[in-house]
Amino acid sequence: MSSETQKILSTDGIPLEESLKQAEKKNKIKAFLLVTPLLLFLIITYIIPIADMFSRSIDDKMVTNMLPKTYKAMEQWDGKELPPEEVFEAFYLDYKILVENKTAGRLQTQLNYEKNGFKSVLKKLARKQKKFEEGNYKEQIMKVHKRWRNVDYWRAIKRRAPAYTYSKYLKGVDMYSNEQGKIVQVSENRRIHRILWSRTLEVAFFVTLFCFLMAYPIAHLLATLPMKYSNLLMICVLLPFWTSLLVRTASWMILLQQQGLVNDFFVWIGLVTDDNRPEMMYNKTGTYVAMTQILLPFMVLPLYSVMKTISPSLMRAGKSLGATPGVAFFKIYFPLTIPGIGAGCLLVFILAIGYYITPALVGGASGTLISNQIAYHMKSTLDWSFASAMGLMLLTGVLVIYWIYNKLVGVDNIKLG
Amino acid sequence: MSKKEDFVKFDKVDKSYDGKVLVVKDLNLDIEEGEFVTMLGPSGSGKTTCLMMLAGFETPTNGEIYLDKNPISNIPPHKRGIGMVFQNYALFPHMTVFENLAFPLRVRKISKEDIDKKVEKALSMVSLSGFGNRMPGQLSGGQQQRVAVGRALVFDPSVVLMDEPLGALDKNLRESMQYEIKHIHESIGVTVVYVTHDQGEALTMSNRIAVFNDGKVQQLSSPDKLYEEPVNSFVAEFIGENNTFAGEISDISNGSCKVKLDKGEIIANPISVKSVGEKTTVSIRPERALINPKDKMDNNQKGKIEEVIYHGDHTRVRLNLLGNSEFILKVPNSSQNLDIKLGNEINIGWNSHDARALDPK
Repeated sequence: MSSETQKILSTDGIPLEESLKQAEKKNKIKAFLLVTPLLLFLIITYIIPIADMFSRSIDDKMVTNMLPKTYKAMEQWDGKELPPEEVFEAFYLDYKILVENKTAGRLQTQLNYEKNGFKSVLKKLARKQKKFEEGNYKEQIMKVHKRWRNVDYWRAIKRRAPAYTYSKYLKGVDMYSNEQGKIVQVSENRRIHRILWSRTLEVAFFVTLFCFLMAYPIAHLLATLPMKYSNLLMICVLLPFWTSLLVRTASWMILLQQQGLVNDFFVWIGLVTDDNRPEMMYNKTGTYVAMTQILLPFMVLPLYSVMKTISPSLMRAGKSLGATPGVAFFKIYFPLTIPGIGAGCLLVFILAIGYYITPALVGGASGTLISNQIAYHMKSTLDWSFASAMGLMLLTGVLVIYWIYNKLVGVDNIKLG
Repeated sequence: MSKKEDFVKFDKVDKSYDGKVLVVKDLNLDIEEGEFVTMLGPSGSGKTTCLMMLAGFETPTNGEIYLDKNPISNIPPHKRGIGMVFQNYALFPHMTVFENLAFPLRVRKISKEDIDKKVEKALSMVSLSGFGNRMPGQLSGGQQQRVAVGRALVFDPSVVLMDEPLGALDKNLRESMQYEIKHIHESIGVTVVYVTHDQGEALTMSNRIAVFNDGKVQQLSSPDKLYEEPVNSFVAEFIGENNTFAGEISDISNGSCKVKLDKGEIIANPISVKSVGEKTTVSIRPERALINPKDKMDNNQKGKIEEVIYHGDHTRVRLNLLGNSEFILKVPNSSQNLDIKLGNEINIGWNSHDARALDPK
């Protein structure tokens, strides 16, 4: 009885919940249709490329597909001693097809990555295997080159068996999986990526700091000046937004180069001598200066929007209650601007960490960042899977920073506008 | 302890923001210690500017303000020790109620125990005990207002300024807060300077009211005097309801005068007129004019009822009297058998003492 009476019915006797669903259905469909174009756009331009990048970065099917029979036969092999006859036979059959199709070269290159000197061994086999007789392939192959008796070479082949690999990610942090399958660091003189990662973080951190230090007073001025001045100042802040990024970077090149305006000025006021002009470009200084200027509006705008909402009477109240202007600022004004600071810093830091054009143009050798390395592998070495892996590592890094930020400040406290 | 009569003193204070217009002109004002003085006036009359000068957020262009005989123009706001309640409360949104109240004590480096004691006392004074851990955003408008009042009083300032503190509250709450602030003032005896444009508020709360207009104090007196005896037509118009007749003095003698109107003539009390032929505005409070007066009154006129509006406790009657079609009467609802119907002609009488002949508008 109780359950009968508890169920609330609409006037027509339909349960209220269902009736509500029916009534809202049309609106829900309409709302969904409205956002569909954007949803599709996001899926096509954002979700799919990231998924593709991810699959590219771990894809290692090339060798797997070239040696299907070998890997099937190797499934039983434990890798401790030389593989049995079936493996040799399967490898001979696979390799024969590759040689006939003239695609053996790719296998040679790939396996040479795993084990130095593999290429010549394989090339010799390609020449000799035409004369092989049927049966007892183990003996015949081992006769071609004595290295075939070394189990390390077979292990190298086996290591390429999985269709997926994380080796590109290891390479991104200057590590690799050695012949024994252990993860070790590359030799010290080849550790370039770690330097790039730390430099990227360092540049992003300092650019964020400089942006904050410069943007805070500007934003405060913007929020407190009378309308007619603040509009003018706002235009000055936004002007860089309306100028092409390349133009802005190029103008920094004109200003900062050794024969540039800034150096000319230093010489003119006697700060430096003419033959001792400091290098301010093609190094980290150039990257800092140009990136700070370019990213400044991203710090000013969130700060401004937050400061605009802080009533001037709060500061007055603080002063009337006996706080000196300094105390009133740090106890009242500053805490209230934290949402803006958080938003601005997060925005600038994330933009800076993936910055590409500016460091590429003014960075020189000591000012390039991880994104330049990614671009290098995309365009020059054509190692797209490595580029994808580093891109994803960058993305993960950003997400981790966002997560930490959320723990520390709370995303609810961000205010972008 | 004798009270100082000029505890707060404005001495010939002028204020101009742009160098062209004076928003405060030659202001002289003495405020007694422990007094509740309200600055009342329409917006733009300079009352808030006066308050801001006293608080230290604006500097006088000319003249000096004295607090307890000391000139304060060169003292920054945080050293004046004046409490202030702002129009929008100006509570610190990132601090709890307790922290808000503790703020003025903490910046004065008072010991923690004393802070706890004083804040607790202030909270109970504004009947908010137990609300210490709430954030201002979790409080209603009235509660926020109390916090603001408590915060302005917690550090025992000698003067508290209030800048239209009740402006954002609804009518009922505003009225109860008026009484509450009045009682707090009476119990702790602090000097209060209160700014409002609401005359009801000013009349309810103040010891004295300074009516501002056009940068000048028009009249400074107690609420009853202000209402009953306005010294000029601005005050008469601004405070309470008012019936006016514009005319010319035709005779003046022995504390009464005759005023010739376009239609007819009335007897009035000469306040700011001195000689025959002067133009004047005669002001009569609606409750001073009676219908069918029993006693003899020296003004008796006939008027035609043009509008009757029922107001609950009283009825407002609009008459056409001596060519003034805006003559208002307030008839208490207890008085029955009066013939108040639209279109009726009725007898209206008032004493010439209550008809004040003021400056012409």
